[in-house]
Amino acid sequence: MFQLSSEGLQAVKKELSRYETKDSAIIPSLFIAQKENNGWVSKDVVDHLSKVMEIPESKINEVFKFYTMFNQKPVGKYHVQVCATISCALVGARELSSHLCHELKVKHNEVTEDGRFTISRVECLGSCGTAPMMQVNDRYYENLTNESAMNILRGLK
Amino acid sequence: MSEVKYLTEFYHLNEFQGLEGYKKNGGYVEAAKALKMKPEEIIDEVKKSGLRGRGGAGFSTGMKWGFLPKNNEPRYLLCNADEGEPGTFKDRLMMERAPHQLIEGMIISAFAINSKKSYIYIRGEYDYPIACVRKAIEEAYAAGYLGKNIFGSGFDHDMDVYVGAGAYICGEETGMISSLEGLKGQPKLKPPFPAVQGYLRKPTIVNNVETLAAVKYIIRDGAQGYKKYGTEKSTGTKLFSVSGNVMKPGNFEVPLGYPLKDLIELAGGMKPGRKLKAVIPGGSSAPVLNAEEAMKATMDYENLASLGTMLGSGAVIVIDDSQCMVDMLGTLTHFYHHESCGQCTPCREGTGWLDKIVHSILEGRGRLQDIDLLIKVADNMKGRTICALSDAAALPVLSFVSKFREEFEFFVREGRSQVKGTNYAQMHH
Repeated sequence: MFQLSSEGLQAVKKELSRYETKDSAIIPSLFIAQKENNGWVSKDVVDHLSKVMEIPESKINEVFKFYTMFNQKPVGKYHVQVCATISCALVGARELSSHLCHELKVKHNEVTEDGRFTISRVECLGSCGTAPMMQVNDRYYENLTNESAMNILRGLK
Repeated sequence: MSEVKYLTEFYHLNEFQGLEGYKKNGGYVEAAKALKMKPEEIIDEVKKSGLRGRGGAGFSTGMKWGFLPKNNEPRYLLCNADEGEPGTFKDRLMMERAPHQLIEGMIISAFAINSKKSYIYIRGEYDYPIACVRKAIEEAYAAGYLGKNIFGSGFDHDMDVYVGAGAYICGEETGMISSLEGLKGQPKLKPPFPAVQGYLRKPTIVNNVETLAAVKYIIRDGAQGYKKYGTEKSTGTKLFSVSGNVMKPGNFEVPLGYPLKDLIELAGGMKPGRKLKAVIPGGSSAPVLNAEEAMKATMDYENLASLGTMLGSGAVIVIDDSQCMVDMLGTLTHFYHHESCGQCTPCREGTGWLDKIVHSILEGRGRLQDIDLLIKVADNMKGRTICALSDAAALPVLSFVSKFREEFEFFVREGRSQVKGTNYAQMHH
């Protein structure tokens, strides 16, 4: 069963009193919990948050399923999101994500056998002038080539 | 013609990011000045400056502020830093290079509209800009520019960052308000407009990052000084994000009314041996221009409207002659289908159908009548929903199909791209 760490719990409590309404703490708390649950929001994450925050599960579910940054299924240790919207598509972003999948022997949105990587194609990340690009967990890597992107992934611990 | 670095004058200085460096280069002078003015004077100056919203809609900022009720009800200032319009990356630059410029513009604006609390709603993927803005807010509090009795004026103001979680629709102002309230980011029916009933049903002004930053310069130079740049109805400078098939993509600040062809040259021009084919001049929701139209366009609200498109967020997406327009439209229909919030039927269903039809053509299952079906579905999506996302999904389809119909017909007949010569699977997979 998922439980927030004591720091996580403190952080959620802080969010609960930060805004004019308690509901506004749902998104920030989901971020805190997702980070502590290997990058995704499972059912027991929602159950736990519901208890801790005293907000009905249905409300938390509604929010978490609406936003793409909350993962509804497990992802690799490194979640590699390649932007494939128009500006990136114009300079080869889809070829890049296909290349990464090919090299890592995995399909889009699935986890590599060693649990290290998930490659996803996502919508505009606001990095259109430095395309192609990828977001690995929180960090942006820009002006990529197929080779430089693969080198970055190989260099991750 | 080169750039006019009006807002971005000091963006090349690393020190401009921090409070000390910002102050060394004219920072917080206008906030101190403005807080000695009467709020009505500031609103009046902003009205006279002709400043129009830089996020997409281009609505007069002063007029928007003027819609606030004339009472003492608490009101909120909400900075739209969700920057989700494909092709746009200027707010990110502003938050990274000059977070204090935004904060200063917001202090002045908040004072003008008598708001004691503001939020900067930043898209969650912008990890680094979020960190920059948060740090700057801390510095501003420590220096007494936020909090109680700012500049000894008796004016109190608190500011916080709210981090989004990945939804294009939250860039729509009422969607953003829903999201800030802890709900799904679904837009609300207008009227009432947010200025009357916004966040928590209180009067709320939602302005874009670039709009709020510009307010500082209207105070510095006065409305007349600000209007020195731009055209009569499109005043001031604007940051344009140029992306796609150019040599040096990036953000460029130029006066409104700047020729699009010169802007493409600023971005290094086309790649060797490539010709311009099309330009989306104002973010992916703006109808596409063909090369001929692009060559005569100027980057102001009026000229682009006369060409049947819009300035939008100032995202210029350049497409060269190696690109397949059917394929490119496929990326857009996919985007809008993914981002539709699902609230209104014409948009929820329409975006799905558009995407399915374009992809059936791409995958070699298209029929000639599908091209007209695209037009019919798109026509039925316009003006029938709570927010503009449905229109934003329909307009690119209508413009792509009408201006590049031959490419669509070729793809249907031959099952491959007229430009690339290959089928969809061979193109990208």
